[in-house]
Amino acid sequence: MKRIFGYLAKYKKESFLAPLFKMLEATFELLVPLVVKQLVDVGIKNADKPYILKMCGILVLFCAIGFISASTAQYFSAKAAVGVAADLRHDMFAKVQKFSHADLDTVGISNTLTRLTGDLNQVQTGINMTLRLLLRSPFIVFGAMILAFTIDVRCALIFAVAIPLLLAVVFAITLVTIPMFRKVQAKLSDVLKSTRGSLIGARVIRAFCAEERMTKEFDGENDALCAMQKRTAKISVLLSPLTYLIINFAIIVLIYTGAVRMEAGLLTQGALLALYDYMSQILIELIKFANFVITVTKSIASAGRIDEFFGTGSERGTLDAARDASKPYICFDNVSFAYAGGGDVLQNISFTANRGETVGVIGGTGSGKTTLVSLIPRFYDATGGSISVDGLDVRAYAGDDLQKKVGFVPQKAVLFRGSIRDNMHWGKADATDAEMIDAITRAEGADILKAKGSLDAAVAEGGKNFSGGQRQRLTVARALVRKPDILILDDSASALDYATDARLRATIRSTDNPPTTFIVSQRAASVMHADKIIVLDDGEAVGIGKHEELLETCPVYREIYDSQFKKGGDDGEQ
Amino acid sequence: MSNKRTMRRVLTYIRGSLGKIFVTLLLSLAIVAMTLYVPILIGDAIDLCVEGGGIDFAAIGALLARAALLIALTAALQWVMGILNSSITYAVVRDIRRDAIRKIQSLPLSYIDAHPAGETVNRVISDVDQFSDGLLMGFTQFFTGVVTILGTLCFMLALDWRIALMVVVLTPLSLFVAKFIAEHTHAMFLEQSATKAEQTALMDEIITNQKVSIAFSHGEANMEEFDEVNARLSKCSVRALFYSALVNPSTRVVTNLVYLGTALLGGFFCIGANPTMTVGSLAVFLRYANQYTKPFNEISGVITELQNALACASRIFDLLDAESLPPETDAVDMGQAKGSVDFADVSFSYTPKRRLIEHFNFSAKPGQRVAIVGPTGCGKTTLINLLMRFYDVTDGVIKVDGNPVTDVTRASLRKNFGMVLQETWLREGTIRDNIVMGKPDATDEEVVAAAKASHAHGFIKNLPNGYDTYIGEDGGALSAGQKQLLCITRIMLCLPPMLILDEATSSIDTRTEMRIQNAFATLMKGRTSFIVAHRLSTIREADVILVMRDGNIVEQGTHDELLRQNGFYASLWNAQFAI
Repeated sequence: MKRIFGYLAKYKKESFLAPLFKMLEATFELLVPLVVKQLVDVGIKNADKPYILKMCGILVLFCAIGFISASTAQYFSAKAAVGVAADLRHDMFAKVQKFSHADLDTVGISNTLTRLTGDLNQVQTGINMTLRLLLRSPFIVFGAMILAFTIDVRCALIFAVAIPLLLAVVFAITLVTIPMFRKVQAKLSDVLKSTRGSLIGARVIRAFCAEERMTKEFDGENDALCAMQKRTAKISVLLSPLTYLIINFAIIVLIYTGAVRMEAGLLTQGALLALYDYMSQILIELIKFANFVITVTKSIASAGRIDEFFGTGSERGTLDAARDASKPYICFDNVSFAYAGGGDVLQNISFTANRGETVGVIGGTGSGKTTLVSLIPRFYDATGGSISVDGLDVRAYAGDDLQKKVGFVPQKAVLFRGSIRDNMHWGKADATDAEMIDAITRAEGADILKAKGSLDAAVAEGGKNFSGGQRQRLTVARALVRKPDILILDDSASALDYATDARLRATIRSTDNPPTTFIVSQRAASVMHADKIIVLDDGEAVGIGKHEELLETCPVYREIYDSQFKKGGDDGEQ
Repeated sequence: MSNKRTMRRVLTYIRGSLGKIFVTLLLSLAIVAMTLYVPILIGDAIDLCVEGGGIDFAAIGALLARAALLIALTAALQWVMGILNSSITYAVVRDIRRDAIRKIQSLPLSYIDAHPAGETVNRVISDVDQFSDGLLMGFTQFFTGVVTILGTLCFMLALDWRIALMVVVLTPLSLFVAKFIAEHTHAMFLEQSATKAEQTALMDEIITNQKVSIAFSHGEANMEEFDEVNARLSKCSVRALFYSALVNPSTRVVTNLVYLGTALLGGFFCIGANPTMTVGSLAVFLRYANQYTKPFNEISGVITELQNALACASRIFDLLDAESLPPETDAVDMGQAKGSVDFADVSFSYTPKRRLIEHFNFSAKPGQRVAIVGPTGCGKTTLINLLMRFYDVTDGVIKVDGNPVTDVTRASLRKNFGMVLQETWLREGTIRDNIVMGKPDATDEEVVAAAKASHAHGFIKNLPNGYDTYIGEDGGALSAGQKQLLCITRIMLCLPPMLILDEATSSIDTRTEMRIQNAFATLMKGRTSFIVAHRLSTIREADVILVMRDGNIVEQGTHDELLRQNGFYASLWNAQFAI
């Protein structure tokens, strides 16, 4: 909450003026019954036409002032609420841009998105409503009561009883129904899941002839939802009749008390009319206030989550270290790694790679291959040991100097909305057309360019309008276009057939000043020609060497190779 | 679907509740009449309160007692109406959803494949909700609103026709203001929601792939793009929010005008030697004037909601009226099959434009292993679709045990097949719920035995609650390999005479992979099996290999035969050794 107030501070003028004008509007609303009282008590009683006209003139004035203040208040509150939301959104998005991989893993992508959309909208609504209603509603309710007291104390006591009673009813019903509505929501989500299951699992359900069983289960959930909805409605529909009952009984008591007071000459007819008016105003305002409280409670919860979001993420320092030019280009020295809260994923890995060499990384799922290569561009910090690139510890690189050396091709081939050209700009912001076409050609993607027309061909969200193989080759091109010193292919050929995969590797190797290349794969064929192969098994390097050596010395490697080549395995149809 | 047709379909759903609906309409009439009558009683009472003494308390008491009775009655009727209304609405919603799920279960796979699941779910969940809110709740609101307006006018006319006339004259103004603002804000809301959608899409795309962004140090460029949209959104949000917030004060201005006119005219009528109006009636009029414009705002809101609800209803009926699979009138239960499968001159295509399988002939004897191979996207799943009758052939005939599959019920045909797809689907529920999919009455012993046979028992045992561990639709913490083992266990429990197996391509570790291979091997013993094959061992040991390319079956034969043909298969086979 404190944080939200901090953001509001930038809109001091707006957050001060909005409630102020809202109160002004309320004040004039409260004065109307008093004018009518005068109209009756003086104008009608004395048959004074000019006086009646005068009072009506005052009403016109009130009406105009009311409208102007209300509009002004709405403007300021809208400006403050939207402004705070926009500033918050900017800062949150900027925060995400500074996240490391580890931060993203802990916070979670869908959480981040919910904070930035749903929670933020809720906060915006909350601020807007608070500025408008927090002061207005109580002001009207208590103002009406106080004015009633100035008119007649005895009659005003009826207000003093009716208001708390109304408050109690309104809040009791809201409080009782909130958890019930939540249950309805949960039941609805069961029905939703069942529906989804029947669609997504249609083949399996039909294969097992389970249609009727699934339908029966759905019916159970559907009936439970309906029952819960009806039960909730029974209580929630009480609100309107109960408040109607209280306010109108209060009016009856008011009229009778008024009559008694008038008999005693203590009250005028106009005053009674004014009291009657105030009673009606209160109800409308109280119901508004109850809705306001619900909205604001939700907004406060959202603000809390946003606050928590700002608290996430960790600062990563830069190490002070000097370059040791004598070291091999890439050095892993006894490196271990564990994800936050998990056990070791990599254990005591040591190896070196010289500039321009190709290193293959092979192993089963979960053996730590992706983690290993993620440490090179310092996506994560090793939890033990050290890694150096070009003689300098990876933690000693300033800013994104290290990332700029690396061309990374992730496992999941994702392109971004825009054009092919836009996507190539990710790799190198100022790449020329010739550079882009060259990179795409080297990535075996010349045919994509031909099929799609030009570099300006549109790319849909996630690159959905490209096939898996096309996407994969374009992501390779995106990495190649920056002419990286280090190229990391993280299982990036899985959607390519063997021949294309092989040609791609050959092209990369045959360029002048070839990058130091890491190839992560489950296919022995993809890594067998590497200068060095690292065989990972459950986080440990169980073999490092060339293909022939490993076949002799590393049982895990031989097992993988045999399973794919001797007895069976990939049939090259990918 | 036209609005008229939609309405007619809606009526079929509420036919059962027509009696109840009639009752709520009557109730609403009574409630409106009473709520309008109570202020008159109170006005009369106020008239009896004359200043300077001599008030007739007995008369006031009688009036107020009558008012109290009416108030209590009104409140009670309001409650009854509320409950009645909600019970009608929720029952209709439940019935529509019941029909929807039955429709979903009977839809041809072609419909399910062509419509994204999210879209259909949306129809069954949020469209139905909006439809019920808008059409049923909206209708009563609309009805009450109209009755209140007409009732107020009638009561006003009865009390004083001159003021009533003034109100009638001012009424169009209220409608005009509401319409004017609604039209103007609508455009702004459209702009706001479009910009919001643009920003959400941007955030979604970038944040989902934030790791790529890190790899390419793209943060600053992202910020620039984000800030541009953020600024635009901020600008149009302020506008949309401000103008929409103007609706209330503006309509209040109109209300105040009516109030003012009433006070002015009423004031004049109350005075003079021969007052034509009493202060009590003035109080009644002022009360009416204060509430009079409220239903107008509600009605204009309800009308947009009604239109929206009709749109939802038409989407729902599009689903409910989608063509189901034809009923199987002449089909018989095929019982336990021996397992011979014949394709006789089979042709098939999903769309007439793109021909796939043409004049395919093939037969598998009981117990034979058939491997299906070909590059990704060559249409291997098409064969599964045809075997399981998820789709029916366009031409020719598929026979099991010599009987055309169209002559037997789909259910009995499918019971003879065990299917394990690479894209596993697990239902939400316990591990046991998932295993017994094909045999709901299986005993615990049978379940465990099946799991042991499929090498799944080991990992299931280690789960927090063993066989009772609850898993979500996505399989929760289970790995891809474990999910597939579970799917194999499901088949192991039923042991049908024919199998359709889809071998995993990647992302399964070597050990689980070996377990799956062993499980497959156990399953296949003595059963006719169709295997979408990725492993050379499977292919080599197959009795027949079907080679697919671009949706068609281009070659068939044993491994050696096909290599000798030196065709497409041979080129596939050789490609993997060509580095």
